[in-house]
Amino acid sequence: MANRHIAPDTPELRERWGSFEWTKENKAKADWHIAKYPEGRAKSATMPLLDLAQRQVGAETDTQGWLPLPVIEYVAAYIDVPVIRVLEVATFYFMYNLVPVGKYHVQVCGTTPCMLRGSDDIIAACKKRGMAKGEVSEDGLWTLTEVECMGNCATAPMVQINDANYEDLTVERLDAVLDALTKGEEPKEGTQEPGRHTSEPSGGPTTLKDMVDANHDYRKEW
Amino acid sequence: MPKVTVDGQELDVPDGATVLQACELAGKEIPRFCYHERLSIAGNCRMCLVEVKPGPPKPQASCALPATEGQEIRTDSEMVKTAREGVMEFLLINHPLDCPICDQGGECDLQDQSVAYGRGATRYTANKRAVTEKYMGPLIKTVMTRCIHCTRCVRFSEEIAGVDEIGALYRGEDMQITTYLEQAAQHELSANVIDLCPVGALTSRPYAFEARPWELKKTLSIDVSDAMGANIRLDSRGREVMRALPRINDDVNEEWLSDKGRYQVDGLTKRRLDKVFMRKRGKLTEASWDEAFKAIAKAKPGKKIAAVAGDMVDCETMFAAKSLLGAMGSKLLEGRQTGMDYDVSNLAAVNFNTTFAGIERADAILIVGSHVRWEAALLNARIRKAVKNGAQVFVVGPEWETTYPATFLGEDLSVVSKLPKAAADAFKGAERPAMIMGGAALAKGALAGGLAFASKYKLVKKDWNGFNVLHFSAARMGGLMLGYAQKNGMADIAKAKPKVVLSLGADEMDFEPFADALKVYIGHHGDKGAHAADIILPAASYAEKDGTYVNSEGRVQFAEKAVFAPGDAREDWTILRALADALGVEVGFDTFDQLQSAMIKAVPALGEEGLANYGDLPKADSKAKAEGVIDAYPIKDFYLTNPIARASAVMQQCSAELLHGEEMREAAE
Repeated sequence: MANRHIAPDTPELRERWGSFEWTKENKAKADWHIAKYPEGRAKSATMPLLDLAQRQVGAETDTQGWLPLPVIEYVAAYIDVPVIRVLEVATFYFMYNLVPVGKYHVQVCGTTPCMLRGSDDIIAACKKRGMAKGEVSEDGLWTLTEVECMGNCATAPMVQINDANYEDLTVERLDAVLDALTKGEEPKEGTQEPGRHTSEPSGGPTTLKDMVDANHDYRKEW
Repeated sequence: MPKVTVDGQELDVPDGATVLQACELAGKEIPRFCYHERLSIAGNCRMCLVEVKPGPPKPQASCALPATEGQEIRTDSEMVKTAREGVMEFLLINHPLDCPICDQGGECDLQDQSVAYGRGATRYTANKRAVTEKYMGPLIKTVMTRCIHCTRCVRFSEEIAGVDEIGALYRGEDMQITTYLEQAAQHELSANVIDLCPVGALTSRPYAFEARPWELKKTLSIDVSDAMGANIRLDSRGREVMRALPRINDDVNEEWLSDKGRYQVDGLTKRRLDKVFMRKRGKLTEASWDEAFKAIAKAKPGKKIAAVAGDMVDCETMFAAKSLLGAMGSKLLEGRQTGMDYDVSNLAAVNFNTTFAGIERADAILIVGSHVRWEAALLNARIRKAVKNGAQVFVVGPEWETTYPATFLGEDLSVVSKLPKAAADAFKGAERPAMIMGGAALAKGALAGGLAFASKYKLVKKDWNGFNVLHFSAARMGGLMLGYAQKNGMADIAKAKPKVVLSLGADEMDFEPFADALKVYIGHHGDKGAHAADIILPAASYAEKDGTYVNSEGRVQFAEKAVFAPGDAREDWTILRALADALGVEVGFDTFDQLQSAMIKAVPALGEEGLANYGDLPKADSKAKAEGVIDAYPIKDFYLTNPIARASAVMQQCSAELLHGEEMREAAE
């Protein structure tokens, strides 16, 4: 994580992204975000606009998207905020990519619960498929990032790929998900454990069992 | 007024005070890095931890905690001691132990506070973080590994300077302070972040590795680079002024200083006039004092002698020249070198009456013909404060980049007598309206029109005088008080066809009309004036003589001599005294003290430090109208406005890089 850096400001970068502006739909969305805040407080829309810009860049490049400097400058100018203030935000949050990423940005959680449940294997499996941390794979499909806790500890280990979480992973299940993505299919999001719906206890409920089918008043039993 | 107890001592603190301020009122020292009186509260260094009851059973950051009724604050408990030691230890985890090669050494908050509050040894054995240097321009040297992330520099540029260019990128341990794309900090107050930086992360680039603070002699002085009269301290070693730092004066410069005032001092040792020169067969050649004085006496000026005061001379010099001319029977004195001829029969009409501190309270400000950012950078910071408090600002003149929202009303001065509706409404509704007239407006003869505006919109009320003239020469108000003004300005001097013209460091004047006169330049730098002169008498700069200066708001201030003038150069008054002997007249003083008391006798206001009283504004001629178009401001290049700055390598570099960098890059391409 510590190796986050801004993509260098080169003439090629300026040439490629210097003319960036909202698409018609995104302009409407951007204005909708800005309209959520009182007049003169467009600054508050910095974060949704950066996300929107990243998605637009993603759509243009068929990747998850990232934030080239000219795009950050465009967003800053759009809401009339000094560009350094917008850059501060963009560099602070990890969901903003500062360098180009692949079509699928595989973010593997490596924090303690996931690590105990085998995230090291998951990372190794990713690497085996040709991904390298912080780099775009040769086919342009994959970028691997190890991230901190994503809040799915109950279904550890997990990866986040673009906007979807895939949980309860084993190496085989991860391979299945990635294979499906390679083929352009949409694998099932969430837990990959057969029979599990969300983050309920695996192997069936352990508490409040009577609540499973219908509402149950436990108060009499206290 | 909440009543709090600090270490058992009960005291009342003002409403809205913080616990830190309460502790200071009680005389307790609270260590701090991020907290600064003039910046917003950040609360991120955690050094100011104290124990407060009632409250959670843990130390609290006193800078961000409001003082409330009945608080029991302890700054001397075991908890506070260990908390400070802990914070200190954490701060030093990533701080390099490079004090011996750090320019902040000896005046470093981190150094001092780690001695006072640290535990003396570190338990950290892992690798330290290192951060790459960030380029911030020709004035600020960065060693970002030393940064402790107090964000004072970020807050200064955002809040005081109004130029958002420094920011904190990334997060946590990776946080880095930088300007956008490492561009140079581009405003006139940029170097103040060096003073604000509590560690050695931002230090002075021109002063890098030059001296240690304990080997410098500190002299109280006044900045002469503009008419703000900023209070400065000149740090000198031997015969050289090493640096200029601001002194705190809430009425004048708060604790800031413009980059020019701070960094022109290296010009004090360059291009100096340190020998007497005389023009012989069209060429300036070295001469002796005796020769020079004889040549002046030979010109037999009699009454036909004139004196033109430069922008940076002190009142004593001007008074000495006035006495000399008086003894010769001449009254040909002028200080407005560029030919301005505004009416000075009432000095209140050409004074900054609101005072610099007072302008912060204005609620509508009309700036006429003044590029305030360049003519008085520190005043611009004050106007920014006024705007933050809700003031509306309108500007007449060519557009410049303000650091606050302002409406430009065009370049035509006639707009002053018929404001557009929005502006007129703002002034009619304003409780404390103010106008600031700059040199560009005065040059167009707009003073009377300005006074008419002042009476029309009732700029003068009980306890409020909103009529202001902003000069940009440190010598201007002093010169006007000493009578350095002719009715038609320089034109009158030229018309009198003087045989001898004494140029007291006057470099901006036009020497053309005085082609037949003997031009004697008494000054310190080989600049425009010296080029045109027939005789050059080397004199002292502001750092090399005691002197009285009057700033644009009429504040009389005294500067002390820091170093000796180089070579044969002498303090100006001694030159004029010797010249009096050569010309065979009596000026009535033999020592500096005698000169000063004679000056104070003639103009008593110059004897009292503080605001001079010029009385009420003259009655305005309601028919007077400002006319003409302001096509340009007098200052073309902020960094090169006076001979010292022009001689300074640092100022030349700033000018080339910060103002003309764009052109240079284009030329390179």
